[in-house]
Amino acid sequence: MIMKFRGKRITSMLGILPETVGFFDDEVNNYSFPPKQTMRLKKVMGYDRHRLAKDSSTVSDFAAFGLNYMLESGWIGRDDIGAIVTVTLCPDFFVPHISNIVQSKCNIGHDTICIDIAQGCCGFLLGLMQSFMLLEHMDKKVVLINGDVLSHKVSKKDRNDFPLIGDATTISIIENKGNEEIFYEMHNDGSRGNALTIPAGGFRMPSTSITAELTDQGDGNFRALDHMHMDGSEVFNFVQKEVPHMLSHALKITGKKVDDFDWFFFHQPNKFMLQKLVEKLGLPVERFPMNLVENFGNPSGASIPLTAIFNCQEDLLNKDNKCCLSAFGSGLAWGTIFMTIGRLSHVELIESNL
Amino acid sequence: MNEEIMAMLKELRPEFDYSDSEDFVMDGFLDSFDIISLVSLLEEKYNIKIDGLDIVPENFASVETILSLVLRSGGNK
Repeated sequence: MIMKFRGKRITSMLGILPETVGFFDDEVNNYSFPPKQTMRLKKVMGYDRHRLAKDSSTVSDFAAFGLNYMLESGWIGRDDIGAIVTVTLCPDFFVPHISNIVQSKCNIGHDTICIDIAQGCCGFLLGLMQSFMLLEHMDKKVVLINGDVLSHKVSKKDRNDFPLIGDATTISIIENKGNEEIFYEMHNDGSRGNALTIPAGGFRMPSTSITAELTDQGDGNFRALDHMHMDGSEVFNFVQKEVPHMLSHALKITGKKVDDFDWFFFHQPNKFMLQKLVEKLGLPVERFPMNLVENFGNPSGASIPLTAIFNCQEDLLNKDNKCCLSAFGSGLAWGTIFMTIGRLSHVELIESNL
Repeated sequence: MNEEIMAMLKELRPEFDYSDSEDFVMDGFLDSFDIISLVSLLEEKYNIKIDGLDIVPENFASVETILSLVLRSGGNK
């Protein structure tokens, strides 16, 4: 599905990280694989350290911490906010919704739209689409929250999944501004959805003591049905097949070239997968940051804004940047946005003790 | 080149006797992370870039399929 939007801009971006850092070197002995074999992945996949939320901390805690920081720092006024959109795989509860919890914790007025969207890796793209559509019908600003605490949903004895996961939340302020066109393309294939799953915990398979039991998966990894699992081969092949095709098509129909873009902000699954995409597409590595997994872990839907905040704070503040955003993952879903991001009022990365 | 590939396999997973296997992946000698590690070793050793679409289990089933992949990716015999 291709859509076009006009006159929407991101005007501030905040990243909120938990202060706890887990180190790959320390976790190697949690896995049943020979340490030498596991350590080889450090270089290839980019594993080094990742941020881990406390067991008691939820996405609404990080989001309220961040939004209160923005309010207290004068980034935005309560009366400026027309909508809160939260995209997450980690709801505090089935009900109430995170956007409503954040609204309450931050004393935002009742004249506010609150929307939660369940989405993982493509969460920033979906959140932007929802924000753009809301802004077609309102003059106020949208607070877009992308956050997950997926480390709570991954087995620490699962070498396939635990080393790459990191917890983070970002908050982006989206508003009507300028008249520039935004190109948006999104695809979905639910038939391949089992490549990335958390089997238990919903209504289909409620969590029980049985779904919480760690079991040997026969490949050296131990996980429970309550845990997230990614079929690495399936997801890798999906990304290598679909993403280059989509981007080539998007460039062709927009008449744009790789050299037209200042930055390529992609979802950050792991270094190896991103390097293969760069090779395939002939993208410039100096304008394609791929260092999130080694510094923070893969934070799911927050990966694109966190990559931009971490790597390009000065550029985001001081100049307009033609950006190609792309994400791919749970659903399975894959998409891209061509838009200008820059001359932001505020860009910052902060830590919390959550 | 066959011996060099076998040495890499032995370095990755020394516990297996590869001569016993008709399919390294199906027999559980190599998992998806071993394949990624092997790709990295092959690219470094032979100064090649293996296309992401070629990183599929069937190309890592035997020394012969791995050799074929290396040659297809620009490696010199």
